[in-house]
Formats: sequence, C-alpha cells, structure tokens
Amino acid sequence: MHKKRRYNNTEQQHADIVIRDLYKSFGTNTVLKGVNLDVYRGENVVVLGRSGTGKSVLIKIIVGLLKPDSGTVMVLDQNVAELNDKALLQLRLKIGFSFQNSALYDSMTVRENLEFPLLRNSRNLTRAEINTDVEEALDAVGLKQTVNQYPSELSGGQRKRIGIARTLIMRPSIMLYDEPTAGLDPVTSVEINSLINEVQERYNTSSIIITHDLTCAKATGDRVAVLLDGSFAQTGSFEEVFSTKDERINSFYEYNFIE
Amino acid sequence: MKTNQRTYIISKKLDGFFSGVYAIMNFIGRFFRELGPPYEWREIVRQCYMVGWKSLPLISVTSFVVGIVFTKQSRPSLAEFGATSWLPSLVAIAIFRALAPLVTALIAAGKVGSNIGAELGSMRVTEQIDAMEVSATNPFKFLVVSRVLATSFMLPVLMFYMAFISMIGAYLNILVNEDTSFTAFFIKALEKISFLDFFSSLIKTIVFGFSIGIIGCYQGYNATQGTQGVGRAANFAVVTAMFVVFIEEIIAVQITNWFR
Repeated sequence: MHKKRRYNNTEQQHADIVIRDLYKSFGTNTVLKGVNLDVYRGENVVVLGRSGTGKSVLIKIIVGLLKPDSGTVMVLDQNVAELNDKALLQLRLKIGFSFQNSALYDSMTVRENLEFPLLRNSRNLTRAEINTDVEEALDAVGLKQTVNQYPSELSGGQRKRIGIARTLIMRPSIMLYDEPTAGLDPVTSVEINSLINEVQERYNTSSIIITHDLTCAKATGDRVAVLLDGSFAQTGSFEEVFSTKDERINSFYEYNFIE
Repeated sequence: MKTNQRTYIISKKLDGFFSGVYAIMNFIGRFFRELGPPYEWREIVRQCYMVGWKSLPLISVTSFVVGIVFTKQSRPSLAEFGATSWLPSLVAIAIFRALAPLVTALIAAGKVGSNIGAELGSMRVTEQIDAMEVSATNPFKFLVVSRVLATSFMLPVLMFYMAFISMIGAYLNILVNEDTSFTAFFIKALEKISFLDFFSSLIKTIVFGFSIGIIGCYQGYNATQGTQGVGRAANFAVVTAMFVVFIEEIIAVQITNWFR
C-alpha cells in the first residue's frame, strides 16, 4: 500500500511545527545534533531511524515532556520552551500523543480512560455530551464494543486504537505517534496505518509518525525524514528518500521487508 | 592517594544524600502548592478505600494479637507486686501512647507505602504519568495529592480502630484469668488516658500518614529503569518510610513529654 501525497507544494502551506537547530544530550551522549523540520498543516511526516537515534526524544521535546539543550521548537506559532505551565497545558490540549505502549491507565475502564482528559479540561460538559464524545472517539477507531473493558482485557492492536481514541477525544490539531505499529502483527499494523490516514482525513491533523517500519512509513507518510547520527540525512517523499545513493539509508531499506 | 579516594567517596555520598533531601523537600513543597482546589474527590475517596478498608484485615489480626500478647507478657511482672488490677490502665496507656500509632504506621508503611511506590513506579515506567501530562491534566494532583491526603486522613482512623481491637484482645486475655465485665475493664482502662494522649496520638498518626504517603509517592513518581526501578521504588518506599516513622516517633515522644 502506498499513500497518495496530499501536498505537492508545501511552501504554500502553513507550518504547524517548526524545529530549528535542535540539540539534546543525555550525559555525554548527544542524540539530537541540529535537527531542522517543518510539518505543514494537514500533513503526515514520518520520522524514520534506527532504535536509539532520538526519534522519541524529538516528539517528547515537541510536547514539552523534555527540554532541549538548544534550538527552537515552534508549535502552532508558540515557542514551546518559553511557555509557562498554564500556556503549555493549553497548547497540549491541541496535541494528541499516541505512546509506543499505548500508556492506557490500567486501573480505569476504556470509558474512564477516554473521559479522563475530557472531564479535567472541559468541566462544563453534561453527562450526555461526554457520552457522545466517548462514543464518537470509539467509533473513529472502530472499538465501540470495548467501552466497559479494562486495558488488560484488550489485545495489543486494540490498546493502540484506544490510545489514539483517547487523544482524539480532545480534537487535536496535531498528532504525534510514537512507533504506532511496534509489536503488532502485519494485519493489525496495516489496520493501524489505515487508522492514521483516517484520522488525518477526518480531523485534518498535522502528524509526526515515529517509526522504523518502512511499510508504515510508505502507507502513512506524505513526507519521510530519515534521522541519522542526530540529524535528518534525507527528507522528501518515500521514493525520493530511498532513491538516494547514501549507503546508510539504503542499508536501512534493505533490512526492512516491504511489499 | 588513599585519603583522596576516601574523601572523594565520602563527598560523593554526601552529595547524593543532600541532593536526595533537596529533591524530596521540593516534592513536599510541590504537594502544598498543588493542595488547593479543584480536588480529585473521586480519586481521594478511592484511595481512602484502598488505604483504609483494604488494610482492615491485617490491622485487625495484628492489633488483636498485640492486645493479647502485651497483656499476657505484662501480667507476671505486675503479679510480682500484686498489682494486676493496674493491668487495664497499663495496657491502655501502652496501646494509646505508643503501640497503636507505631504499629499502625509500620503496617501502613509496609502495605500502603509499597503499594503506592509500586503503583506509581509502574505508571511512570509504562508512560502512564507522561500520558496524563500530555493530555493537559495534572498527574501530580491526581496521583500524589489524592494519595497523600488519603494516607494522612486514614491512618488516624486505622490507629483508633487498632487501639480498640487491641483493647478487646487485652480484655479477652484478662477475662481468662479474672472475672471482669467489659464495661468495668474499659472504664478502668480509659481513666488513665488523658486528652494529651488522645491528641498527641492523633497528630502523630496524621504526620506518619503524611510521611508514608509522600515517601511512597516520591519513590514511585520518580522511578526509572523499567521493572527493576518499580521494585526499587516499592522497596525504598517501605524502608525509608519505616526509618522516618521511627525518627518522628522519637521526636513526638520528646515533644509530648514537654507538655506532661
């Protein structure tokens, strides 16, 4: 499956995420060394890279979970590093973050998981409105029947979907997916890839998809950026990126099984 | 060379100790800053249930045994002086002033402290706390404030419950040797208990509850390194809480004695 690109001329689009000269170290290990990236409105950008290259660190910086050593991250025209706690919370309302292991709250049912951000951020909603929002979010991921189940009763794929539904309930403008297909079988992976595209279509979200799965990259990415040695070695369409003569990128392609 | 190495190790350990103290003070400071409304009432009630109701079986058995054993061990000493009639008062003073607060706190440190440490530690390493943060909610308020309030509120309740059950155990032990009524036993036991005993035990257990809650939360909330980190968080929560409870007990005894 290959995704049809939605944007041919990104220069005319407004960038929801702008990253410039981003550096981040952990002790003596510098994982991000001058990262630059623009994510345009309604666009899916896939960040490819080997494990430990700082892909997840990048999106955690975008959402303000980690602080960069230097560089700027502008999200919806706001500099994340300069926001106070209140402004950061307001910004996070517009960002959906799908975690690698779903990060569903174990002690809560699916309904309570979905209601959790809603009840705390939209305190004037009636019970009927909350129920409608929960149903709508579950409908978007095709898992209405799981509403009263606990996360431990769900399969890996279902957990991923519920994790995405929990972010969708706040109707975000930006979606950040951390390894959405990691640990899933090929069929479920394809379903998740389709869901990512459906979310983009339905909610017009700008997304960053962190993965090392080339099938996922090909199926979901409008653009692909390859993170190597702490910076983006190549950015473009899937074909553009993998038509390069850069051996490091080609070896990445060769080691992935792809249709 | 050897002296330099020793100095380096000592300074490193001191640095680690004071950094730890600073970090937990910061954590306590944040707790008081986050204490205001809106409150997570549902979670507070759930945690009260977890801390209070779920500890009842263990507290019941322990307190009953404490009452019986303490009375049984004290009887021979008093009998030597022909003072077995003092037994109810002696047992009541020992239970209300020291045994009930301390044993309740130690049980809670083991059961509740480890539970909080492991639960929050597990939530930290599986990114559930991060998930709360990125969904624009305040995980500290939801997870930490609610648990610390629950332990601070429920420990005094458990302490009074423990004191009551211990007294029943003591009464049953006395009943085996002497023919005394339940009412007579309790009147005799409680006549030596002053308001100061009642009040100091109450304050003491609130402080114990706060310490157990905050230490468990601190260890769990800051857990790292996967499942190993969860185990370490639970372990440190118990050990540190017990150590702190003993220190607080010593301080509390000194302060109470100034008022006697």
